[in-house]
Amino acid sequence: MSKKILELKDLKREFIVGSETVRALRGVSFDVEEGEFLTIMGSSGSGKTTLLNILGCLDKPSGGNYILDGTDVKNLDRDELARFRNHKIGFIFQSYNLLSRTSALENVELPLLYNPAVSSSERRERAMHALDSVKLAERYDHMPNQLSGGQQQRVAIARALVNEPVMILADEATGNLDTRTSYEIMSLMQDLNIKQKKTIVFVTHEPDIATFSSRTVTLRDGMVIKDIKNENVKNAAEALASVSKTEDDKS
Amino acid sequence: MKILSLIKLSLRALLRNKLRAFLTMLGIIIGVAAVITMMSIGKGSQQSIENSLSNMGSNLITIVPYNNVPGGVRVQGSSVQSLTIEDVSALERQSTHLSAISPIAQSNGQVIKGSLNWPTSIQGVAPEVLEIKKLSLKDGIMFGEDEVRSSAKVCLLGQTVIDNVFEPGENPIGQTIRFNKIPFLVVGVLSPKGQNTFGQDQDDIVIAPYTTVQNRITANRYFQSIVASANNEAESNPASDEILEILRQSHRLRRNQDNDFSVRTQAELINTLNSTSGMLTTLLTVIAGISLLIGGIGIMNIMYVSVTERTKEIGLRMSIGARGIDILMQFLIEAVMISVVGGIIGVVVGVSATMIVAHTLGWPTLISQASILISFFVCALTGVFFGYYPAQKAAMLDPIEALRYE
Repeated sequence: MSKKILELKDLKREFIVGSETVRALRGVSFDVEEGEFLTIMGSSGSGKTTLLNILGCLDKPSGGNYILDGTDVKNLDRDELARFRNHKIGFIFQSYNLLSRTSALENVELPLLYNPAVSSSERRERAMHALDSVKLAERYDHMPNQLSGGQQQRVAIARALVNEPVMILADEATGNLDTRTSYEIMSLMQDLNIKQKKTIVFVTHEPDIATFSSRTVTLRDGMVIKDIKNENVKNAAEALASVSKTEDDKS
Repeated sequence: MKILSLIKLSLRALLRNKLRAFLTMLGIIIGVAAVITMMSIGKGSQQSIENSLSNMGSNLITIVPYNNVPGGVRVQGSSVQSLTIEDVSALERQSTHLSAISPIAQSNGQVIKGSLNWPTSIQGVAPEVLEIKKLSLKDGIMFGEDEVRSSAKVCLLGQTVIDNVFEPGENPIGQTIRFNKIPFLVVGVLSPKGQNTFGQDQDDIVIAPYTTVQNRITANRYFQSIVASANNEAESNPASDEILEILRQSHRLRRNQDNDFSVRTQAELINTLNSTSGMLTTLLTVIAGISLLIGGIGIMNIMYVSVTERTKEIGLRMSIGARGIDILMQFLIEAVMISVVGGIIGVVVGVSATMIVAHTLGWPTLISQASILISFFVCALTGVFFGYYPAQKAAMLDPIEALRYE
């Protein structure tokens, strides 16, 4: 049996808004094993974002346990959480969140800047390597505004990879992209998952995207209502090829 | 995050908004330049006062008559007549702290030589006056005790007098001039001393034996002042006390009577002038310091804007592992950078401004290293002080909120 990367035990998160208590998560439990490609689905208000914040160590649960790579996050203070994010997690956001007027290479280097163990020459080398692995070797010195949406998201993926995290956490990473580019990104994610054995947790509300993952957890009203293994994982590269083909036919 | 990377990062952030960074710096630049210029001018004038006073002899003690008739009409000190040759002899006999004493009998008048004339004053003195007032001879000789005893009609001239009554190149030694119709043989020429701090020409002078001036010009037995040298500067104060004692005795003043003379030491005068000009320097520096404070507030303001503007960037940095301290340092170093770079420019501007003032207005200036160092450190401190609060605000942001900020 492979190693458990994530363990969620009866996870609860409550917010106090005025005099009311909003229960965003009402006891979520599931485990993620190393090398899994998990999608978390759910409509808005289902507690998806709250769960994502907790998984990303940006927030702490008000009840239950969240164990990431063998450490219970509950016991960590603000600085330890930051270090944990730096070492264990690679974030990918819907709106890319690249620093403007900063080259692709420097954007990718960013997480390593906060890791004092990495020297500046190693930093550069690892950032180049990460950009190469998302097929942007030609674009080191381009600024984000000189890159397409798909390219920007690939820079963001390289940034998520550069620290060699135990888990990649994607928040609607294809939300701002057209179908074709979405498939490109998903194909890249599948590559990372299969070839580099990266654990990926992908939050989305598009069922289409979920079909590329190996497992789907569906949330509603702060609880898990479905947790199914995907027996028939679609290949994103093939989907991409068929989209290109249809487009070619049209033209 | 390493300090070098932080500095690089801040530099880049500043270069991205060059005009804004410069305008923010301007407050600091003006503040520092003002502090340095003001301190240099203040220190310079203080130094020049000090120099010219110690040129006159820092152990110089001056005794002048002092009017103290209670309820009566108060008249100018110099027209009060209380100092006589008896006082001088009493001091010579009894004092232990004085190395030289000379009375001064002064009279205004006209120097005439041939067709040229010049209004000046003649000072009747003892030969010791050279030592007391730090005068030296450029040419000729000083008169001695014999000339004093015989009220000889000999004199020494200052450079200004010579320039005005002699033809250029003419040798005054051995010639005769007339002062208020009385002929004097010129035996010496005094070395020029230039103007003193108060703009008074120290070379516009004729000196002669005091007996000659008293007997032939003023025709009275009183002196306008007595000057003396203490053995050294440190003995100025005991010497002054001693003089007080001796003169009260010699004037037969009763215990309840006030002095009819006053004693001033050069050290006292230096202190008084120094404290005045020191006060002025402090005042100017405080005003300049206020402009530095305003510069600091400018930094704080712009750092707030910068933090708000870059909230999303802060959120991102936090989400990929920046700790609060990393964010704090990033913004703090940016603020310090503004103030330190502003400070360096300010020092350059201040030093140049001082040099321009010294050159064009001819004011005495003194650029002290201390003033540069102090204003530079105050600057860096300003950056830390005014940068800390905005930086702290940035560091305390919640990464979730910050990431969502638009």
